[in-house]
Amino acid sequence: MFRKLLVPFSMLALLVTLVGCPPKPPPVPYGGVIKIGHVAPLTGDIPKVGEDGKYGVEMALDEIDWKLKVGPHEYKIEILLEDNESKAESAVAACTKLVVEDKVLALIGSYASKQTIPMGEVADREKTPMISPWSTNPLSTKGRPYVFRACFIDDFQGYVGAKYVKDYFKVKKVAVLYDVASDYPKGLAEFFKKSCEELGLEVVAFETFTTKDRDFSAQLTKIIESGAEILYTPQYYDEVPLIVRQAKELGWDKPIFGSDSWAGGDLASLCGEDCVGYRFTTHYAMVGATGRTKEFIDAFNEKYGYVPSDVGALAYDAAQILLEAIKNTGGLTGDLDKDREAIKDQLAKIKKWEGTTGTMDFTPEGDPIKCAVIVEYNPDFEFEFVDWACP
Amino acid sequence: MTLSGFFQHFVNALQWGSFLSLIAIGYTMVYGVLMLFNFAHGDIFMAGSYIGLFICGALLAISAGGLVPMPPWLVLVLTLVLAMIGTSIVGILVERVAYRPLRNAPRASAAVTGLMIGLLMETANLWGLGAERRNFPILIETVVYKVGGISITNTKIMIVGVSLVLMYILHLLVHRTRVGLAMRAMAYDFPVVPLMGVSIDFIAAATFALGSSMAAIAGIFFCTAYPVLEPYMGALIGWKAFIAAILGGRGSVIGAMFGGYLLGFIEIFVAAIFPSTLRDLIAYSIVLILLTFRPHGFFGEPYSAQLRL
Repeated sequence: MFRKLLVPFSMLALLVTLVGCPPKPPPVPYGGVIKIGHVAPLTGDIPKVGEDGKYGVEMALDEIDWKLKVGPHEYKIEILLEDNESKAESAVAACTKLVVEDKVLALIGSYASKQTIPMGEVADREKTPMISPWSTNPLSTKGRPYVFRACFIDDFQGYVGAKYVKDYFKVKKVAVLYDVASDYPKGLAEFFKKSCEELGLEVVAFETFTTKDRDFSAQLTKIIESGAEILYTPQYYDEVPLIVRQAKELGWDKPIFGSDSWAGGDLASLCGEDCVGYRFTTHYAMVGATGRTKEFIDAFNEKYGYVPSDVGALAYDAAQILLEAIKNTGGLTGDLDKDREAIKDQLAKIKKWEGTTGTMDFTPEGDPIKCAVIVEYNPDFEFEFVDWACP
Repeated sequence: MTLSGFFQHFVNALQWGSFLSLIAIGYTMVYGVLMLFNFAHGDIFMAGSYIGLFICGALLAISAGGLVPMPPWLVLVLTLVLAMIGTSIVGILVERVAYRPLRNAPRASAAVTGLMIGLLMETANLWGLGAERRNFPILIETVVYKVGGISITNTKIMIVGVSLVLMYILHLLVHRTRVGLAMRAMAYDFPVVPLMGVSIDFIAAATFALGSSMAAIAGIFFCTAYPVLEPYMGALIGWKAFIAAILGGRGSVIGAMFGGYLLGFIEIFVAAIFPSTLRDLIAYSIVLILLTFRPHGFFGEPYSAQLRL
């Protein structure tokens, strides 16, 4: 009797096992958690930059509720935030820890080029994709396939600036005045000149001075004599008021055009009425923003109680670009090296991506091709968005 | 260069030269009396600008508050006078603290001390007021006059005019008063003059006060023309004015004036004729060549230069 029942019972047992407990699926890679490292200057010289960056990244993740579907699985996103204390060595240490110990899939950071350049060295060596929101120095990404950024590089502004001069101001004769002893203005001025010549504009005056000079009357007199129709001066906020004032005193009544260095510091109180109506190229504008940029600013303001700087916007964009690239891999394998490489490849393929700081196309070099924002210094002494300048 | 371009550069050079002259006077007077170069003088110029800024701010506040309404020109005049007094006190303090204890020490010690005092003033300012740039209020609304293709502003006319008048008054002071006589006597023969009963401490203080008040004028005018103040604003122009003082001749007030304007003209016209990138290279090569042929400057005494350096 017992034996007779053994077969049906065992059949039943087998059936129950088969039906009740279906075969276990393969486990979700990384236990269903995607770890992303974020290195920011939370303390040190520029804590405000770190704070804006932190909030920017958090906002991007809040929007998707910290969950991302990659291929067949849904993952929880975890951001491991490390402070670089605004020091290069701390950025390197934080990056090494995140990559080696925490085994993050990708990195966001760092902010200032001073920390991003050495950090990029580590990330690239360890073959971990990294995207910097705010580093504009060309060296950050140069020759490093794993390193990307969300902002354009300094020189790039020279090119879009020249294009804008041609398309918007519609002039033929251009003058440039810049500080020959400072990297940023020099790079920009030379790029601007080259681009002008390629676009068929004539650079009739290419005048220089050196850092700390206060009198530009000789150069400006030459510029006025040259018959130039616009003056391009990629200078800092403490030199722009002097240049503008002296130019006006010497009888210059044509446009003066600049770059994002105009926005640093306190141009409003230093220049006052003199600068009203002048325009410059930059990454982002708070006043007069439209579309996605405005949505972002409003949401940020509601959440954190202040209007974010360009850092917040670029960090937000950087995080979203990274998430997009992770999603575009079409599924993670669980092999850290393979997945990191797949994310890198996807980052380089991102096209026509609409961010709060403009539409971007990425290249394998890691620098986005994106439109610059044109800002006008309005009669209320604010930097107001007026236009996009696209390459 | 067109003719109007030439005159425009000429006007520009007059203004630039005025600043250099006013500051160079401070170097040359101190050298004449005490045989030392006050390397903190560029920073006394900076201090003068900041003192002017604060006095001007206070006066404008008093005026705007309705306490004592003042027209802007009066504010400017008062700012100039009060800043001259304030900066003179700074100059006297520098002499008392830094140079008097070193009067018989080797000249190198005094030179090093001067550089240190300069750095001290820069960093104290940086520490006290921060690195942010400050804006000098516009007291006189700039009016641009167009004369035959040349742009001249009312501030330029004021700067050049007042500088020339002040330098002339200083010249009279040195040549027509007893204190001036004592200064010149000291410049001529330093060890003998105290033996004649002249107080060296008083003359030294008076010299520093006069030089510093000229620096204050230069500072306020400089900020009127280039209204952005920062702690290191005195460094570069201080060095240039020092070169102007050497070019004019150590110890000579007329020489400092001449040297300042000469250097101003060289700088502006080199930038006007050659590419501006080469400005300082060519301009200071010209200065070197001039000094090769006139090692004591244009108005300097070979005798005093040999004796004292």
